[in-house]
Amino acid sequence: MPAVPQTLDTVQSVTQSGYKWGFSTDIDMEIAPKGLSEDTIRLISARKEEPEWLLEWRLQAFAAWRQMAEPHWGKLHYAPIDYQDIHYYAAPKRSAGPHNLDEVDPALLATYEKLGIPLKERAILAGVQGTEAAEEERQQVAVDAVFDSVSVATTFRESLAKAGVIFCPISAAVREYPELVRSYLGSVVPQGDNFFAALNSAVFTDGSFVFVPKGVRCPMELSTYFRINARNSGQFERTLIIAEDGATVSYLEGCTAPQRDENQLHAAVVELVALEGAFIKYSTVQNWYPGDAEGRGGIYNFVTKRGECRGARSRISWTQVETGSAITWKYPSCILRGDGSVGEFYSVAVTTNRQQADTGTKMIHLGANTSSTIISKGISAGHSNNTYRGLVRVGPRARGARNHTECDSLLIGEHCGAHTVPYIESRNPTARLEHEATTSKIAEDQLFYCRQRGLSEEDAVGLIVNGFCKDVLKELPMEFAVEAQKLLALSLEGSVG
Amino acid sequence: MLVIDDLRARVEGKDILNGVDLVVPTGEVHALMGPNGSGKSTLSYVLSGREGYEVTGGTATFDGVDLLSIPPEERAAAGLFLAFQYPVELPGVGNANFLRTALNAVRRQRGEPELDAVRFLKLARAATKRLSMSDEMLKRNVNVGFSGGEKKRNEVLQMGILQPKLAILDETDSGLDIDALKIVSEGVNALRGPDFSALVITHYQRLLDYIVPDRVHVLVRGRIVRSGGPELARELETTGYAAAEAEAA
Ligand SMILES: Nc1ncnc2c1ncn2[C@@H]1O[C@H](COP(=O)(O)OP(=O)(O)O)[C@@H](O)[C@H]1O
Ligand SMILES: [Mg+2]
Repeated sequence: MPAVPQTLDTVQSVTQSGYKWGFSTDIDMEIAPKGLSEDTIRLISARKEEPEWLLEWRLQAFAAWRQMAEPHWGKLHYAPIDYQDIHYYAAPKRSAGPHNLDEVDPALLATYEKLGIPLKERAILAGVQGTEAAEEERQQVAVDAVFDSVSVATTFRESLAKAGVIFCPISAAVREYPELVRSYLGSVVPQGDNFFAALNSAVFTDGSFVFVPKGVRCPMELSTYFRINARNSGQFERTLIIAEDGATVSYLEGCTAPQRDENQLHAAVVELVALEGAFIKYSTVQNWYPGDAEGRGGIYNFVTKRGECRGARSRISWTQVETGSAITWKYPSCILRGDGSVGEFYSVAVTTNRQQADTGTKMIHLGANTSSTIISKGISAGHSNNTYRGLVRVGPRARGARNHTECDSLLIGEHCGAHTVPYIESRNPTARLEHEATTSKIAEDQLFYCRQRGLSEEDAVGLIVNGFCKDVLKELPMEFAVEAQKLLALSLEGSVG
Repeated sequence: MLVIDDLRARVEGKDILNGVDLVVPTGEVHALMGPNGSGKSTLSYVLSGREGYEVTGGTATFDGVDLLSIPPEERAAAGLFLAFQYPVELPGVGNANFLRTALNAVRRQRGEPELDAVRFLKLARAATKRLSMSDEMLKRNVNVGFSGGEKKRNEVLQMGILQPKLAILDETDSGLDIDALKIVSEGVNALRGPDFSALVITHYQRLLDYIVPDRVHVLVRGRIVRSGGPELARELETTGYAAAEAEAA
């Protein structure tokens, strides 16, 4: 797949210091004026040629948002965000259908190259006609690339369509499958769910749409690359994944952003719907720009991710490796409505320098015999703060509900913080809930042992940290696991000693 | 050749090594004996560069390389290997992965090409076989849940794979039954040759029955107080360290 090992190697060779993905791309852009108003929303909706109902839906969200206050219960400290000082729409200008790579904006191609996406894949991403068929045989990962606000291209739409799978930008889905979008959009995360979800609902510009029909096992991994490029622009993508009865799909997202002195806002919403016996696996490698050592710049990542196991025996599994962002506020959750449904959350969150992460999950057990597993690995270095915040709620009907939670924190150095905030609410006496938590440090003897065997201090830290995270990393699809391992080692570079 | 000259070192403000003089010529295996607390492990840590072991005087060179001025990983690349008295556990880190990472780190530092997983596994399997160990050892996490004896054998396995030029074995035989002892000895003897030297720290003659040393040294209160041939170890076995300690006083 594109984000595979080459990504890191390529990117590493491009720049040798600091954030390895910190390049920006000079591309001809169309940018809306700063500020948020009904006019902004009308402009976005018009640009995307949306139907009336969606404009109304956005305006309702905006009305709700205006009544809401930014939440401050997270263990996060940041300067106030000026929501009127942000561009809510920024899109690369592109006339439809270049015919070969020479016609593609070279800057856009260069971006893909720096991200390590192989050339043929880049041709597909840039929309060069005729490349898809040739590549069909070899590639097993379909890619959607979201560059600032717009999905640049989605690969393999045709071959997926043969299997009955829809994988396309959500803006295209609104046009081509309006009934599907309309019946599921907001059904897991309603417009007024929370401040950031309401903001997203009002201004979302793109994201991915996946629909896997009854009984279909999606024949390849689906993945999306999110990249924020434009200055002072926010990114508000919206992803909606639906797996019908007995369907199976694995979806990956990767994120990077240029190095900027100012903070950039990212407020995404992801909704997953799993019907009877369906399985959705959602993996994230989040590597937004984290800011510099003094805490200047970096992405503010306020994300609402929620999946609903609507049908009996359905299963939703979240895996996340979070190394980027100045601020992370993110709780991928599962609503376990169907009897016997299963929710999983596997998380590695790394904070270094002045990064702050407040992340965890919510497992809401509504159906009988529902079960959930939470494995959270927090790694803090530098002056960072890393908080696990999790809720396990068992409703009165959830007979025999089970949860197992494991929260492990690893501290590197003396100035960082690790915090665990588990909330447990059980309204059914038959529920069995287990919670384990540990805090440890990388021991001097472990480092010395590795170095005596020839490893550099940084390689030793990488090895020990990867060992600490193994239970989570093994949940990632193979290609991502390799990249995630390198990413962990890279993001901790220089934080020891 | 390892040349230690008037080496002095301090731990937590306390002088532990008080002028160690010791030469291990290339191709030779020397035994280092001495009472508990005399500084044997300290010497091995100082030579391999552990933090917190402050060198206050003297020199130590290996094949002309000034060991004391380079970080631990470069000493490893120079060919130094320490079999730890208390091997360290690395949770979640697979033994094979650890060994391959280590071997490739050393090879990289020496400008040699790295080994891919397939070639490494071949080499590792050959090493386990030589040491009568099962391949299971390679799949488990480094030392996690290992018995005392397994940990020691794992040290010897690592030595066999990394193929050092100078091995320091710190009481690798302590707590081993006779079969394990033989395996450890075979691990050392297999490496013996004109380009390999070793410093074997032990309390027991029974190890030296299998690894016959070229020289035996006795460390007391941070100094070598006696040196001799293999017969010195046998003598100490009967008389104990009392005489040597008295001499040092
Ligand atoms: N990390 C340490 N902190 C404090 N004292 C130490 C430390 N390491 C060794 N020592 C002291 O140094 C002396 C020598 O210890 P050591 O080298 O382990 O002896 P040996 O291996 O010969 O039994 C002992 O008195 C021990 O208590
Ligand atoms: Mg000792």
